[in-house]
Amino acid sequence: MVTLAPVEPVGPAPAGPGRRSGTGRLAALLVSPTLLVLGLVVAYPILSAVRLAFFQRDDGIDPETGLRKQGDVFVGFDNFTDMFTGDTADRFLNALANTTSFTVAAVSVEVVLGVLMALLMHRAFRGRALVRAAILVPWAVPTAIAGLLWRWVFQADGVANDLLPGPPVLWTTDGAQAWFAVVIADTWKTAPFIGLLVLAGLQVISAEIYEAARLDGAGPVRTFFAITLPLVKPTLLVAVLFRVLDTLRMFDLPYTLIGPGKDATDTVTVLAFEEAVKFGKYGPASAYAVVLFLYVAVVAFVFVRLLGADVFGTRKGSR
Amino acid sequence: MILPRRIALVTAATAALVLGASACGSGTGSQAPPGPAALEGVGPITLVTGKDTSGNLQNQVDEWNAAHADQKVTVIELPEDADAQRQQMVQNARTQSDAYGVLNLDVVWTAEFAANQWVVPLPEADFPLTELLPATVETGKYFKRLYAVPITSDGGLLYYRKDLLDAAGLKPPTTWAELKDACAKVLPSSPGTACYAGQFEKYEGLTVNFSEAVNSAGGTVVGDDGRPTLNTDAATEGLKFLVDAVKSGEIPQKARTFKEEEGRRAFQAGELLFHRQWPYQYAKAGATDGSSAVAGKFAVAPLPGAKGPGASALGGHNYAVSAYTKNKKTAVDFIKYSVSEDQQRKNLEKSSQAPTWAALYDEADLVAKFPYLTVLKKSIENAVKRPSVVKYQEVSRAIQEAAYSAMSGGSTPEDALKSLQGKLESLTQ
Repeated sequence: MVTLAPVEPVGPAPAGPGRRSGTGRLAALLVSPTLLVLGLVVAYPILSAVRLAFFQRDDGIDPETGLRKQGDVFVGFDNFTDMFTGDTADRFLNALANTTSFTVAAVSVEVVLGVLMALLMHRAFRGRALVRAAILVPWAVPTAIAGLLWRWVFQADGVANDLLPGPPVLWTTDGAQAWFAVVIADTWKTAPFIGLLVLAGLQVISAEIYEAARLDGAGPVRTFFAITLPLVKPTLLVAVLFRVLDTLRMFDLPYTLIGPGKDATDTVTVLAFEEAVKFGKYGPASAYAVVLFLYVAVVAFVFVRLLGADVFGTRKGSR
Repeated sequence: MILPRRIALVTAATAALVLGASACGSGTGSQAPPGPAALEGVGPITLVTGKDTSGNLQNQVDEWNAAHADQKVTVIELPEDADAQRQQMVQNARTQSDAYGVLNLDVVWTAEFAANQWVVPLPEADFPLTELLPATVETGKYFKRLYAVPITSDGGLLYYRKDLLDAAGLKPPTTWAELKDACAKVLPSSPGTACYAGQFEKYEGLTVNFSEAVNSAGGTVVGDDGRPTLNTDAATEGLKFLVDAVKSGEIPQKARTFKEEEGRRAFQAGELLFHRQWPYQYAKAGATDGSSAVAGKFAVAPLPGAKGPGASALGGHNYAVSAYTKNKKTAVDFIKYSVSEDQQRKNLEKSSQAPTWAALYDEADLVAKFPYLTVLKKSIENAVKRPSVVKYQEVSRAIQEAAYSAMSGGSTPEDALKSLQGKLESLTQ
């Protein structure tokens, strides 16, 4: 950020400490509808999910009629301890590892490809509009549909195996190949997103800086690492943060492309979905979601604090 | 210093997106116990069913509506995917909504819906149960009470390449040994054709194929008392048939990715000598518009078993009455109408869905139109229903887990069954 000229914003001065309390009350009144809505759509579901995580369905069955007992029972922290030590511990820890490895691998590849795409889209050449549109198409396809499309590509007798030499790879069977299939599909799908954001960052870099670099005798590689990359870094970090948070809750691709229940690709969200929707066990499902919630929160916090991702544009000059 | 609070806000907001999804549709309501089986209430109802691919359902409903102006039936179509259908029906039941009247349930859902009291017990005397195939009626029962009436049925068939078997002078196999012998004789002269496939992807189809293998070896997955019975030699023999066939290449590797449609395409392309499949493939594989390379070259037989004919798993759909609908009498009357011989005949003619009315399988003109009916009747009569347990979805997933790992060589059949037996014991407590 030091490379940017610290220009003070011109316009109305920010409200100082001398603001009258009446204004504050009026402001609170004016935003209260928003807060109410936020409370309903953000706070309530979170609290409700956290509460559910401490309950389990009563599984008892009447031996005479076969009817199931109704209602839920409070089980304390059982749902959480089960995750790490119980019967389901293997599945959960495996899913957590998958979630993490998907995030690290997919986002890394996406950053490299996304930046390359942005550089390409940024250059002036004939047909630039067409290239830009073409690069953005994958981003516009709904993920679930993309999952199905890639499923066809990765079928036993699909396009992927036709292009690759050697015996056909059974991509959708459980194993490392399924993990790679998901990473490939996710990269195809979301590298354009990073490309788009980085492109926006590139467009605000003034041509004069490049000119100066050229006069100083910097080659293209040097220019990229000394000028382009530092200047798009704020934008890039925000893009990466969004991607990391998004990938941590990846669901559609493993579910539609590979199918649930595969050890190599089950993520925590797939597990939570299956528990809740398929098995009707809302307690453990909520516990999974709560743990994922905390995981995502920690990652986001670390990202913002350590790497300095500037989500709000509070630092001057980043816009 | 505003930043930390903002950080907290943004982390909370993003994480909230993760949580929000899980909190939806998770009511913890306690439902009132159902009253005695007094099914009253006359008036409009809804029929909730998966996507009607047959195109005949609306005809049936229209005919009913023409005769019952004050008890109109409206069709609510759910997605084609069975999991999605079940999900919506469960959600509707959990909110105790009266929006759903008659539910079109997959045969394996009966126990779950009955135990949760989402559907009401039905008066057996009101329905012509004795005219229906007994195996199908069993699928509608839970703890000896009738909760659902079978409307359509389904059984597995062994599709085989008649041209290739005839050329080698062979009859369709009735045992697994005969099936393997036939492959050994026929395949060397037909390159590009593999021996056998079913539905082996990790999903409900694998549960079906595994159960059939165990049943066809004389075993059971879950006994009459609702407890798992997989620690038997018969169960091991059943799973071994599948595992050994994968090892020897009789089941081609890529068949481990097959659901119904992938297998159908392979059979239609002439890549399979034998194929375990539902009746719907008959019309598609027999299409003479060039889409099938095996039109006129295949026939069907009952599934083979370890020592004699095998036992299919039972498919199909049953109608049940939602516990929360107001007009239960109309719902029962509509089910009576739908299950009648007349309606079932029309449905078979228009949609080629397998009926549950036994006599229809023996009518000469219907058999002429659907040549597989005779074999299908045998298949359904010998069929064994899939485990009738409340936690069916979890049981099915555990079965898939074990069968998939054994068939991919991740564990031996013995180990897979041992751990499966343990899991099912705790799931059926």
